[in-house]
Amino acid sequence: MKSYVEAASAVQTADTAVVRGPNSVVVRLSVNGTVRNMLIEPRVSLLDALRDRLDLTGAKKGCNQGACGACTVWVDKRRVLACLTLAITCETREVTTIEGLSDGVDLHPMQQAFVTQDAFQCGYCTPGQIMSAVAFLAEGHAADDAQIREWMSGNICRCAAYPNIRAAIRQVRDDAATENPDAAG
Amino acid sequence: MRPVSYSRVADVATAIGTVAADPGSAFLAGGTTEVDLQRIHVSRSRRLVDINDLPLRQIEELPGGGVRIGALARMSDVAQALPIRRRFPMISQALLLGASPQLRNMASIGGNLMQRVRCGYFRDVVAPCNKREPRTGCSALHGVNRGHAVLGTSEHCIATHPSDVGVAFMALDAVVLTQGPGGQRQIAIDDFYLVPGDRPDREHPLAHGELVVAIEVPPTPMASTSLYLKVRDRESYEFALASAAVAISLHDGTIDDVRLALGGIATKPWRARRAESVLTGAPATPETFTSAAEAELADAIGHGMNDFKIELARRTVVRALRMVTGDPQLHDGMAEGLLSEDGSGPADGSGPADGSGS
Repeated sequence: MKSYVEAASAVQTADTAVVRGPNSVVVRLSVNGTVRNMLIEPRVSLLDALRDRLDLTGAKKGCNQGACGACTVWVDKRRVLACLTLAITCETREVTTIEGLSDGVDLHPMQQAFVTQDAFQCGYCTPGQIMSAVAFLAEGHAADDAQIREWMSGNICRCAAYPNIRAAIRQVRDDAATENPDAAG
Repeated sequence: MRPVSYSRVADVATAIGTVAADPGSAFLAGGTTEVDLQRIHVSRSRRLVDINDLPLRQIEELPGGGVRIGALARMSDVAQALPIRRRFPMISQALLLGASPQLRNMASIGGNLMQRVRCGYFRDVVAPCNKREPRTGCSALHGVNRGHAVLGTSEHCIATHPSDVGVAFMALDAVVLTQGPGGQRQIAIDDFYLVPGDRPDREHPLAHGELVVAIEVPPTPMASTSLYLKVRDRESYEFALASAAVAISLHDGTIDDVRLALGGIATKPWRARRAESVLTGAPATPETFTSAAEAELADAIGHGMNDFKIELARRTVVRALRMVTGDPQLHDGMAEGLLSEDGSGPADGSGPADGSGS
């Protein structure tokens, strides 16, 4: 359903596209499997939409310029930075945040491993670290600590909990290999 | 960020028509540069035209050994594509040594070509900057210029071009394919990147509404053992202080043919033609490599804090040439191990690039 704002601002000529905004328009996002509508301007980042409109405050605003990784979420299963993504560009994509990772009250193995390995101090970067780490293991480059360091370098931890973060990632990697040795590759 | 309107397009013709018709508009691909610069008011587009639905993501092998990379292919996908890893490892390595995994998942290869400089004064809207506001002056000339360029500079701008993969494209004589209001064009990569001269605001020859649709890399058999060496302040997720993309063909210890381009030290990805001419036909020895490096940096100009880059660039050239020729004295595998072993690519030790001498 289009809002009156959107309908009023929609302009299209023969060879140019529909214009939405700059005033608020209805943006339809699928987040953690639930479709949500919100009235936002096109300039609103995915991070601000998640935090301020959907109350999904797991993804954090650290630098807001793509340098720290605290806002890492998945768009269509790939880890990306929500601060440099405009929410309106995600309308046909599936967004996954840290809130969508656990199965009810059962933590995702990576969340549990972060607890077990004490992989955080202040915790501010942790949601981004975990979203990045789960995607990273799926990408399949976690053979050794050097690779973990390299492929997790987009997530900065100001407390420098890196050794424990690597331990958590190793734990999940090795547990998965034990459970499913054929997939260990 | 100032208010912007938004359009999403599904075909190239509409994308071009939409942007061409509106001087205040810009294409939006991965957004890693555009959203950032809009937010800090360096980019002032009033309308963003989202091109992510355009069918420009294919990475195709071309007959004879080249590749064609769709402009919207993501950096991460290009880096892992087998034709790239087999035929042009320097491209894969340059991509994987750039940015972070999240940014590489977002950023398109066409957007990489179009990215803006990281000069702090360019990004600071209250500082004079000839690139951002023509004829206001260059704050970097006598400012904090440790990261700035020593080659290709002018009295108007010394900003370093930030791309890694652009350096590999420059070494490989890539061709940029565009489509715009005036039709289709093929632009040699060396003509695509402009040195600042007296127009630092002009970084490429594209017209408003002209869209990069693909990059073609021509067949280059010697590139199958090429490498990209990146030297920087920290080991990952950092721009180059100096870098080198190199491919070489040897015959009985003599250099038959060589491609060499440098990054992190110049105002555009820098093809080291002087060094190439010293190297070609000469014995592949450290002395030759040093002569080549000195020839290439002969005209380099430091601006104080970045004086060290001239020597760093020389040493980067020599080291990259030693690595690519398999110098057994060298045990440096910085390009190794980026990808897990699954049969090809930088991790499999398929060429002398890993210094193993195998």
